[in-house]
Amino acid sequence: MSLFNIFNVSGSAMSAQAQRLNTTASNLANADSATSPTGEAYRAKAVVFEAVPQQSGATAVRVREVVEDPSPLKQVYDPKHPLADEKGYVSMPNVNVVDEMVNMMSASRSYQTNVETMNAAKTMLLKTLTLGS
Amino acid sequence: MIGKIDQYLGFHETALSLRAQRQELLASNIANADTPNYKARDIDFNSALQSALASKGSAGPLATTNNGHMGRGAPTGDMLANGTPVLYRGVVQGSVDGNTVDMDVERNQFADNGLRYEAGITMINHQIKGLLAAIQGQ
Repeated sequence: MSLFNIFNVSGSAMSAQAQRLNTTASNLANADSATSPTGEAYRAKAVVFEAVPQQSGATAVRVREVVEDPSPLKQVYDPKHPLADEKGYVSMPNVNVVDEMVNMMSASRSYQTNVETMNAAKTMLLKTLTLGS
Repeated sequence: MIGKIDQYLGFHETALSLRAQRQELLASNIANADTPNYKARDIDFNSALQSALASKGSAGPLATTNNGHMGRGAPTGDMLANGTPVLYRGVVQGSVDGNTVDMDVERNQFADNGLRYEAGITMINHQIKGLLAAIQGQ
């Protein structure tokens, strides 16, 4: 029954988008974290989505990996900061707040769309169950 | 007698099965709207239904004379369980990451296909009611 596969496909997209939202949340939360367990400033993280073909012909989606933004850290001049180097600069996270906000909106919209897709499939299945009554 | 009932319900049964499979493809497109390099896929419902009804297997995709022709993309080489060829959707506006899902088109087609599925269910329900009325003779 192929309508049931829609639950798998939309469900996979929902969990992938939720993970993307999670990443965005951690980027925004750490936008000012000057240090981390590695000793370096926090680096922005991003998810990489991957299409996963299903046996039924449908295509689900999953997060293949979470990558760190390799762009250089922001250098902020603040000689009083305990982590400042000899020239008075502190390395701050390379999180771009505008990018993160855009990502957040895109992820939450995509999530909503997939919830609607799932709801539509549910309505169709329920309607099918009324056959002959 | 049973064969006749089968014929009587056959058209909508075939159509519903195709609609359900198409809905699955459209859901895949919506799910992969943010996946880089994902190409949106769909079936040509008209020719798929005709070839399914004729039970001659696949009629193949319609010929296009221009890359800009909408709705009839290049064949993906994949097929549905009943031999219907799956096509790539024609690209109207490309995107930088190689993804060809146009959310407006997909949502539109998804709603349309869902509604037609429910219409099919309603039709088959009426056919069953008609049969029952004939059997009971009331």
